[in-house]
Amino acid sequence: MLDVQDLQKIYTGRHRNVEALRNLTFHIAEGELVCLVGPSGCGKTTLLKCMAGLLAPTRGEVRLDGRPVDGPPPGMAVVFQEYGRSLFAWMNVRDNVALPLRRKKLGKARERELVDHALEVVGLADAHQAYPWQLSGGMQQRVAIARAVAYEPKVLLMDEPFAAVDAQTRAELEDLIRRLWRELGVTVLFVTHDIDEAVYLGQRTIILSKSPTVVQEDLTIDLPDERDQLHTRSSTRFAELRAHVYEQIQRAKHHSGDTEAHTEAHTAAEDRIPEPALQKIEP
Amino acid sequence: MTVVAVVRRTLLVLGLPVVLFALWWFATADSTDFYFPPLATILESFGKVWTGERLLSDVVPSLLRLTAGYLLAVVVGVGLGLVVGMRRTVRDYLEPVLELFRAIPPPVLVPVIMLFAGIGDTMKVLVIVSGCMWPILLNTVEGVRAVDEVLSDTCRSYGITGTARLRHLVLRGASPQIVTGMRQALSIGIILMVISEMFAASNGLGFTIVQFQRSFAIPEMWSGVLLLGVLGFLLSLLFRFAENRAMAWYHGLRRAQRNP
Repeated sequence: MLDVQDLQKIYTGRHRNVEALRNLTFHIAEGELVCLVGPSGCGKTTLLKCMAGLLAPTRGEVRLDGRPVDGPPPGMAVVFQEYGRSLFAWMNVRDNVALPLRRKKLGKARERELVDHALEVVGLADAHQAYPWQLSGGMQQRVAIARAVAYEPKVLLMDEPFAAVDAQTRAELEDLIRRLWRELGVTVLFVTHDIDEAVYLGQRTIILSKSPTVVQEDLTIDLPDERDQLHTRSSTRFAELRAHVYEQIQRAKHHSGDTEAHTEAHTAAEDRIPEPALQKIEP
Repeated sequence: MTVVAVVRRTLLVLGLPVVLFALWWFATADSTDFYFPPLATILESFGKVWTGERLLSDVVPSLLRLTAGYLLAVVVGVGLGLVVGMRRTVRDYLEPVLELFRAIPPPVLVPVIMLFAGIGDTMKVLVIVSGCMWPILLNTVEGVRAVDEVLSDTCRSYGITGTARLRHLVLRGASPQIVTGMRQALSIGIILMVISEMFAASNGLGFTIVQFQRSFAIPEMWSGVLLLGVLGFLLSLLFRFAENRAMAWYHGLRRAQRNP
């Protein structure tokens, strides 16, 4: 479905080049919900932009259904972290959701149906006429999610969408994403820096190293499919997975594409970092 | 708004003008100075001069030229501003030149424009355009440059490109700055309307005021000055009204950002 192959991104500046992504390869199957987590500044947003066709990689490629992504592909929707900046402040909620549909020329009736439905499922059925800035942060992000839902994408990319909302709203929105993913059968890639979120949401968690970034670990989240904030988060398995991801992130802070190339020189330093959870989990 | 609030606001708006008017009234009440006639005399001639056929023969032509020049300046300024703002290379080449043109006081262009456009309406409209377009152009460029990057990425990922992008993202996103430029341009436009008519004209407000001055019809001259003041005030009221309607989202957004 979504293939990332040998992806490298170097930002060329006037005085120095910054290698954000070293070499990333992973695969997301159709209908999967995958979380992407890594230490801050590890190039998560760069990766997401490359996958969304908003940024050209230096080397390697992203393929969607076998076709290389060289611009924003149809059938892909992106939800950004900065909800306040990704909504049109001059349009009401309804028009914000409807605008991307105009291009699809679905006809008025179908368009109305999609917008109504999308706003209904995110719980904004009575906010059609409001302007985004009249809503709370969480509600604004719901509008952005509704816009993505109405667009009927095959792939939904989310770039730390809940990083700027309060904890309670965040829990609600996490459950909303789980519900939408199951109801719509859409493939979701969810980028986050929050370890709990990375474990709670997905079927898989891809842990990235620090920049220049490589995949540090591709972890299957073997929690039951039915999840809820209370029981899932208090289960032993959740705690184990959480601890494991946490340790991997701590390791990732010292690990990058560079250290991987010189593992010999760094073995002593790496050996000092204990990995009890890793041994516990792996069968 | 409560009744008290309405009264308060009205007092605030009208307070200073009333005081100034009263001062003018009493200071000149017994004036025998030929050049500073009593306000009562000026108001009397105001009624006589500006209500009859002069309204049609002088006020309306002036306002028509102002409207034509101003609207043309908006079209040219916004159109050019979009191109310059969206194309980085164009901007790098043009920006120094634009700043230079902007620095030239528009009235000095009147004799130049007269050379090739004659002394008719075309010249006056061109003078107004040549002065009004700069603030609109430069503000549009700034506005287009400041269009939010995240919103721009959002548009791209949803395939909102070309004219749809221009209409829904660029123009609307830059509209607060465009409106600022239009507000500055309005007062420049009024000034240039008068100046262009003072140089060479056979009708219009500027022309009439100069005629009165040359024929020593001093109260009539003063009444013309008064009329210009009132016109400017009414036009800016009209502008405010239109702006409040068109930019309601922006004022709301600003309020929301101030009190989160």
